[in-house]
Amino acid sequence: MKSLEELLAEHPFFRGMKEEHIRLFAGCASNVCFDAGAFLVREGEPADRFFLLRHGRVALEVQIPGRGSAVIQTLGEGDVVGWSWVVPPYRWTFDGRAVELVRAWSFDAVCIRTKAEQDPSLGYELLKRLLPVVVERLQATRLQLLDVYGEGKLGVRSPA
Amino acid sequence: MYAVPPDPYLPEPAVVVRRRREMPDVWTLELRTASEDFSFQPGQFNMLYAFGVGEVPISLSGSPDRRGVAVHTVRAVGAVTTALAQLRPGTVVGVRGPFGTSWPLAEAEGRDLLVVAGGIGLAPLRPVLYHALTRRERYGRVAVLYGARTPQDLLYRAELGRWRSRLDVQVEVTVDRADHEWRGNVGVVTTLLPRASVDPGETVAFVCGPEVMMRYAVAGLERLGVPRESIYVSVERNMKCALGLCGHCQWGPYFVCRQGPVFRYGDVEGLLRVREL
Repeated sequence: MKSLEELLAEHPFFRGMKEEHIRLFAGCASNVCFDAGAFLVREGEPADRFFLLRHGRVALEVQIPGRGSAVIQTLGEGDVVGWSWVVPPYRWTFDGRAVELVRAWSFDAVCIRTKAEQDPSLGYELLKRLLPVVVERLQATRLQLLDVYGEGKLGVRSPA
Repeated sequence: MYAVPPDPYLPEPAVVVRRRREMPDVWTLELRTASEDFSFQPGQFNMLYAFGVGEVPISLSGSPDRRGVAVHTVRAVGAVTTALAQLRPGTVVGVRGPFGTSWPLAEAEGRDLLVVAGGIGLAPLRPVLYHALTRRERYGRVAVLYGARTPQDLLYRAELGRWRSRLDVQVEVTVDRADHEWRGNVGVVTTLLPRASVDPGETVAFVCGPEVMMRYAVAGLERLGVPRESIYVSVERNMKCALGLCGHCQWGPYFVCRQGPVFRYGDVEGLLRVREL
């Protein structure tokens, strides 16, 4: 049977990370499961953990008064859920809801932050892996904002 | 005696045999062409003439294996396309074509095939899927990544479902906006790229959609490790004669109607970055 460290090492987030660092992460990790419809995180609540998805999809949602919830993005296997735990005041800015059965690794945010403070190389390694995720999602959001499919003329090879 | 070559400017009559509403402003027309031998390569387009209104270039979106039939998906955005979208079965439309370059399916044989489509950009790529799925054994893994604005804007929904039910093709769909009723993916199509089950170094990628989407998609493909020379895009420009004569579709050194619409990305990358073009 594989150890927790070995299982974590298989997740894309940890690919190529030193064993000693993975061991530190493993010390803050637990295996969690959410049924479809269950919330992993709720907007405004303390961001005291983050998740690495192993199975299933999670919808990031925002509640719009009078209009219900709007899905901002869907995350899937291999994705990271949450970075509000890195940035004060450590509160979730979106809801995260399981679209289907979700299995994930959950990491205690205080535990990870404390270890990162004590070992800056761990903190740097963490940020090197988290920042590309933030950048990718920022770029995706910008593209989303462009509304590139709106009133386009594709399929028509001239605007006649 | 010699045979008089057909006048390339002269449209041939084709009869609308079927029309299907894909979205409120998007229709798919099935035309029976004058020639029973009419055929095309995936990626090519026809010039469709709505009599008395005008002529527009429209991608062929049906099966390349059906001779004598031209299928076109048209979004009603102007006078001609609105007239085309309103054509009823039994009416006649003028057709010239097919024109332009095609997706290099032969190059993709023996390799993984990744199709990335945005919005109505799925239309010029659907013939690729008809072709590849009919000859499935010629290709490695086949993946389709498709993005649209909302769930209501998804093209060929039933077909996407059928392809998805096959075990030998991966189909991932996402929309930019959705409410909580939508159980699929939300996010731009580029967010699906890491989920494509292909071997990037052995993949040929065909990309079609709004140009800004294609730029981001190509950047994502390169990050995955798909070789630049294996990435192809289909671009749209203002095509008129479709013969490379009138110059309306000139794009740097190319006439899109003749040297395009399908280009190897590396050949046009610089042009896609020129703001004035």
